[in-house]
Amino acid sequence: MKYILMMHGKKADWDEYTRWSKEDLQRNVDYMRSFSKELNDSGVFVDTKGLALPHEAKNVRAGQNGEPITDGVFPESKEFLAGYWVIDVETPEQAYKIAARASAAPGPGGKPANMPIEVRQVLGSHSDLGV
Amino acid sequence: MALSEHATDLPIGHLLRELTPQVLGIVVRRFHDFAAAEDAVQEASIAAVIEWPQQGLPENPRAWLTQVAFRKMTDQIRSESARRRRETEVAEEAARAPVTTFDAVRVKDDTLVLLFMCCHPALAPSSAIALTLRAVGGLTTAEIANAFLVPEATMAQRISRAKQTIKASGIPFQLPDPDERGLRLRSVLHVLYLIFNEGYTATSGPHLRRTDLSQEGIRLARMALQLEPENTEIAGLLALMLLTDARRHARTGLNDELIPLAQQDRALWDRGQIAEGVALLSAALPKGSVGPYQLQAAIAAVHDEGGRLEDTDWPQILALYELLKRMSDNPMVILNHAIAVAMVHGPKEGLNLLDGLKGEPRIAEHYRLDAVRAHLLEMAGDSRAAAKYYLAAAGKTVNLPERNYLLMQSARLSTMIRDS
Repeated sequence: MKYILMMHGKKADWDEYTRWSKEDLQRNVDYMRSFSKELNDSGVFVDTKGLALPHEAKNVRAGQNGEPITDGVFPESKEFLAGYWVIDVETPEQAYKIAARASAAPGPGGKPANMPIEVRQVLGSHSDLGV
Repeated sequence: MALSEHATDLPIGHLLRELTPQVLGIVVRRFHDFAAAEDAVQEASIAAVIEWPQQGLPENPRAWLTQVAFRKMTDQIRSESARRRRETEVAEEAARAPVTTFDAVRVKDDTLVLLFMCCHPALAPSSAIALTLRAVGGLTTAEIANAFLVPEATMAQRISRAKQTIKASGIPFQLPDPDERGLRLRSVLHVLYLIFNEGYTATSGPHLRRTDLSQEGIRLARMALQLEPENTEIAGLLALMLLTDARRHARTGLNDELIPLAQQDRALWDRGQIAEGVALLSAALPKGSVGPYQLQAAIAAVHDEGGRLEDTDWPQILALYELLKRMSDNPMVILNHAIAVAMVHGPKEGLNLLDGLKGEPRIAEHYRLDAVRAHLLEMAGDSRAAAKYYLAAAGKTVNLPERNYLLMQSARLSTMIRDS
């Protein structure tokens, strides 16, 4: 079963992130690197991407003639996708456990940041004939 | 020339898949290290893919592969154990002994041992599947990764961990004890079934480029039956695969949309494959104990043999589901049984059965419960309730073509109600 683990944050979280101390950043980067290695070593890794800072984020809609209409002034309370992992595991519990590892990445002062991670199953073409 | 390259491509792939378990058995016997031997054989196969098209097929491909695998083994042992001189000497001696005679019985036994080993219940299903496809099926890691849509490195890691698990649990390279054999065979059949099932829904349209796991499942089941020709459940599994796969061209439309059995164009069913499945089953059934795979195959056969939809022998299908239900608590079996009841005794009877399933957690949460209920409500003429349950089922399934199908059913009924 494939799951996507999505890390969300408000713009303020990004702004704060850019002001972390070098030690705090280094700790966080090291943690994420070993987290990635864990995913690889356990044979569950499928994909991961981090996204650029949300300051340039735009919502795009098709206007008349299909021309893009962009909208980019977002309220402070809006949550943005920061990045995601796709994993292939046997059970939802396994996915939650891995999501908790990602959530526990250290924040300022080395304390777990406990960022919320949204876990969603990815639609596939699997079916069950029923034996 | 692209054309001639392609022409030599295919037979080499097929040949390698045939020879892999045979060569692996020989290398494991010689070196007593399954994990390393499996790597060595995979490397030998990759070497063959590169060298054979250029230099032509060797006179004895199996001996060629075995020699190359032996060399890989000694290289590996030598590099690992410069300090362990004795091991290197043993390995070199093992590799020097000529590979001249192949004992057919031994090769057969070894393949069976490999199958039991790779499908060991100590392994998680996804690991057992990957290892079986590589060590017994002779597929490359890249092909397996491609079939499951994961990166090659992830698949390599999964296979290597599976081998570590086998090593750590000390499973011997031999056939399981007679008292254990039945249980172990069940897990072999289950892994082969999962391989087939994984491919079954992804064999058309844009997925065509994926490694065809249904065909691999069928091939491995054939191999297993050759090894154990008297085993009626292996025959049942192979028959089930053939009878199910016979409908592959009819079960999806031009845009990959799902077409349910009742609406399939039966002219597209593969008659040859149906005949083979029926023959296998007819030979197996009288031989004694009838297991769940034979029963499933028998149900598939009844469906496949009905010339027209209205000719389907539902009382026969219901009787088979009654038997199957006693052996299996699979939600699909219980729900399909309810459909058969509805087809024989009317939708009300089927719906009554579904009401009795509320307390069963595995079924109550299954999207198929809502889907079957919707189907039976529609049969009973309650379009409004049917639309509601189709929608509920669509919200629960994790299969995209299935979700589209269920949404479409709900929309069809809602439109009908609105327009009436």
